[in-house]
Amino acid sequence: MAIILLAFLVLSVLTPLLTRLLSTRVFYLIALLPAAAFGYTLTQTPTIAAGDAVTERIEWMPQLGIALAFRVDALAWLLALVVTGVGALVLVYCARYFSADEPGLGRFAAFLLAFAGTMYGLVTADDIFVMFMFWEITSVLSYLLIGHYTSKRESRGAALQAFLVTTFGGLVMLIGVVMISVEAGTTSLALIVAEPVTGPVATWAVLLILVGALSKSALIPFHFWLPAAMAAPTPVSAYLHAAAMVKAGIYLVARLAPGYADSTGWMPVIVTLGIWTMLVGAWRAMRQYDLKLVLAYGTVSQLGFLMIVVGFGTRDAALAGLALLLAHALYKAALFLIVGIIDHRAGTRDWRQLSGIGRRRPVLAALALVSVASMAGIPPLFGFVAKEAVFTSFIDAGATGNGWGWIALAGTAIGSVLTVAYSARFFWGAFATRPEVPSTPLASDRWGILVAPGILAVFTVALGPLAFLLDPFLAVSADAIDDGGHAHLALWHGVEPALALSAVVLAAGFVLFWRRKSIARWQEGVPSWIDAGLGYGSTVRFVDRIAAQITHFVQRGGLPQYLATILVVFVLALGFAAAVNRTWPDAVVLWDYPGQVIIALVMGVAAVMAARVGQRMTAVLLAGVTGYGLVALFAFHGAPDLALTQALVETMTLVVFVLVLRRLPPKIAQHNRPVRRKRRALIGILVGAVMGTIGVIALGARQAESIAADLPRLAVEEGHGNNIVNVMLVDIRAWDTMGEISVLIVVATGVASLLFVSGRNPEILRVGASKKRRSRQQRRRVLDDPHVSNEGSAVTRQSWLLSASTIAAKNRSILIEVLVRLLFHPAIIVSIYLLFAGHNAPGGGFAGGLLAGLALVARYLAGGRYELGEAAPIDPGKILGLGIILAVGTAVASLFFGGLPLESAYFTADIPVLGHLSFGTSTIFDIGVYLVVMGLALDILRSLGSEIDIQRESGEGDGDGDGVPDGPGSEPEPAAQASSTEVSG
Amino acid sequence: MSASLVLVVVMAVMYAAGVYVMLERSLTRVLIGFLLVGNATNLLIFIMSGRPGSAPIVTGTASDEAMADPVPQVLMLTAIVINFGITALLLALIYRSWWLAQLGDEGDIVTDEHAEETTELTEETFRSSTEDEEAIQAALDASEHEDEAEGAQAP
Repeated sequence: MAIILLAFLVLSVLTPLLTRLLSTRVFYLIALLPAAAFGYTLTQTPTIAAGDAVTERIEWMPQLGIALAFRVDALAWLLALVVTGVGALVLVYCARYFSADEPGLGRFAAFLLAFAGTMYGLVTADDIFVMFMFWEITSVLSYLLIGHYTSKRESRGAALQAFLVTTFGGLVMLIGVVMISVEAGTTSLALIVAEPVTGPVATWAVLLILVGALSKSALIPFHFWLPAAMAAPTPVSAYLHAAAMVKAGIYLVARLAPGYADSTGWMPVIVTLGIWTMLVGAWRAMRQYDLKLVLAYGTVSQLGFLMIVVGFGTRDAALAGLALLLAHALYKAALFLIVGIIDHRAGTRDWRQLSGIGRRRPVLAALALVSVASMAGIPPLFGFVAKEAVFTSFIDAGATGNGWGWIALAGTAIGSVLTVAYSARFFWGAFATRPEVPSTPLASDRWGILVAPGILAVFTVALGPLAFLLDPFLAVSADAIDDGGHAHLALWHGVEPALALSAVVLAAGFVLFWRRKSIARWQEGVPSWIDAGLGYGSTVRFVDRIAAQITHFVQRGGLPQYLATILVVFVLALGFAAAVNRTWPDAVVLWDYPGQVIIALVMGVAAVMAARVGQRMTAVLLAGVTGYGLVALFAFHGAPDLALTQALVETMTLVVFVLVLRRLPPKIAQHNRPVRRKRRALIGILVGAVMGTIGVIALGARQAESIAADLPRLAVEEGHGNNIVNVMLVDIRAWDTMGEISVLIVVATGVASLLFVSGRNPEILRVGASKKRRSRQQRRRVLDDPHVSNEGSAVTRQSWLLSASTIAAKNRSILIEVLVRLLFHPAIIVSIYLLFAGHNAPGGGFAGGLLAGLALVARYLAGGRYELGEAAPIDPGKILGLGIILAVGTAVASLFFGGLPLESAYFTADIPVLGHLSFGTSTIFDIGVYLVVMGLALDILRSLGSEIDIQRESGEGDGDGDGVPDGPGSEPEPAAQASSTEVSG
Repeated sequence: MSASLVLVVVMAVMYAAGVYVMLERSLTRVLIGFLLVGNATNLLIFIMSGRPGSAPIVTGTASDEAMADPVPQVLMLTAIVINFGITALLLALIYRSWWLAQLGDEGDIVTDEHAEETTELTEETFRSSTEDEEAIQAALDASEHEDEAEGAQAP
């Protein structure tokens, strides 16, 4: 069974593709799959007849006891035959119903096929959670299928309505499903029913599950979605809303009835709502002009009928219910398909405009007549057999003292009278010849479309006299209720009360049809207070309004307000937790060493000033002071790696700030009112206080020993390195580092994509391609940038940089050029030294990469973007890519040697000059880190440096007048001037 | 474990100052706040490593006994670098929004994008689904029986 479901899944995925090749013929192809499932289910018949069940089980979530368990017993067997059989026929019908140019045909075919598979899964699943999963999938697919005409308002409205109602029911049911499976201690439906749980929890669980079943099967108060769902294409109505999906609720009730029919509340709910639904549905069906809506309301009515019978809880009623279920699927699906044909040929479903169809399409009319007669319960059709059995079972129940029997009998009998009336009205409406209406023009249609309703009608006819053949199989299922009932399905039971009742019902029904004009007038006078559809509308609008109000309430401000909300919640929650805290550190010292106080004082003052100054650059520098303060703290604390990294990062951060802020106006605009300022200060101080308290508490809350004790041994023995921090980064916790360099790559890509508007510029700006042009004489020439002033460059001056000639003379600084020239190469060498020395001494890939990045920064600041291109004539993306390939390669390579990912291997050797060397794969990993960090720096320089230069110059060239004062005079910081590659404005 | 009160206090001050500027509308200020809060958070992890010690580098001598806890250092080292990356990304975002919006002297002030909204406007968002639903209701009502129509159709 799992393999069939898998086939459904695969073929559904392929269907859109196949539709492109086969057009509407694809339906014939995909119909083969439900047909095959039908055939497969038939092969299980001998097992079913013997009273056994076919089971299959694949473990899924053993921790929760949930398995892909399937179990086909007699009930599942019948339902599986119905959903696969009708499914195959409806798919065949689709091939003729749709034209090749139908929009979204592939999608529709895929969903319909997937739906058939899901229904098959639903009825065969034994695990209650798996069953629920299929249950919900049918809701989703039903939404997609009803909304097939995506451009039509009716379609969308109906789809949403059906979806909201059935998923609401589904959610309620989920609670019940969880309750009952916990209470029963098993997720197997068969076991839950075989050994019913009792008690208040079980009672509530069953009632909650009933809510799901009622919503799915469109019983009052959820009935309104089904008529609305008729906005779907007719095959969907025939399959989902007559034969399959709405039967899911019926199926579940039939499944649970043997165990839970005597549970408190079951009978009142099932019988009362069932009768009410049957009467309301039939009542409204009598009022419809739209043939499809006649059937839709009729279906609502019949679902109420079915619900009473399958939920009634006696053996005979269960047998009758199964027969009725099958009969209903056969005639209602056929009738929907026939309405679809009429709609197609006549172009309308409104019977007021139809005339003479019966006379001109006799075959169609005959098929319709058979099905309608079965619906009305006219012998010798199968519908009659089923209805007889129902009446008999209710009479027997009543006679043996079950009061519900008489109530159910009265309700269903009246409902059946109405059914006869609307059945007759349907047939008359569709096929009668109306003298005052001109004969309806009918489009011709190929006979192929009649195959599906034809086969259904044949079954309707044949199963009447042959009901006794079906009886043993259905009896196996009904026998689950052992109450001494022994009824059999047969066309003729002799003269008995039920037969008389049937005769009365038929007669009364035809009288109603004959007197339809006065009935209609009487119906006018009855207020439609039972129309729950309006209740749905106002409920949904009420929810919408509440949602709008809440959204408006909580999302009124901009970014600062959201941030403030988050922080206030933070302060309240953690402040409360801190207030009730009872663990404090053993000892609190004022300072570790006197110097700490001075550093802290500087940092604190810088932080407060950074928050108050109005100049951007000043604020950035002050924030930088806190960073450099950290460097000092780290250095004094025994954290040389941190101090090194923090120092490099802080410098780089300042440069990057300068690069961007040179474009923004120097003053930070003040738009905040003083009141806001007080509030902000309050929130800030509270957050600070809470964080301080938490810091102290966290120190005292520590209970476990630090893992630090073992680390020196691990680092030396396992990691072959003395620097514990670096060994942890590249070996012991290398997975973390892998994640972190991935973040860096994402960030680098993000920066570049924000700056490079028209694609990442593949061209690297070089001074000149040929060696000749790079000769000293050529360096003075101003190159291809038209915005760079040539003035002054004619002055013959020793050039220390390759691209010095691209910069206006007044922006050049010989001091910086000489320094950069002298320091660049040593800096690169030191960075490489840091990379390799990092295993045993402070350093490592992060520090080395940052230093290399800083060296590039220096080149850029001194010589502008061409200098950067000369210094690193490579696309940063390639450096980043190479870095991550090295890192990932190290992780994967160890797998080939039978190790864990990222497990390190070491090669040691004694080399004469360098001494004892140990080279590990973790070093390669560190090289990857180095490259990624350097690539990030280069990417930032290219984006926030070079690209902003270009945008700024082209901006000035276009004269867009962005109002930003340019030129060195406006740059607030010396660092910015060093970076400036622009001409004076 | 014991703590140095001075470090805890300076951390609290940095958090307070950072949050104070973060709540402004200027994106540069937000970023400065982010820097301060980031540094404060590093300091918080740092405080967790306890009292100072020698560098966590195995030397094989007696000073190894007084080694500082390396675990917070590892956590912070990557945090420092990533902080830098995120700062660069935020700067790129600030520049991009300023450049795209042609804010000029306005700088990088973010506006209250929802300030003008009312409940009614928010509710408008749902109107489409309400109209869909009214459409299907109308379609259903159109099929209901009406007396005079029936009179005309009598056979």
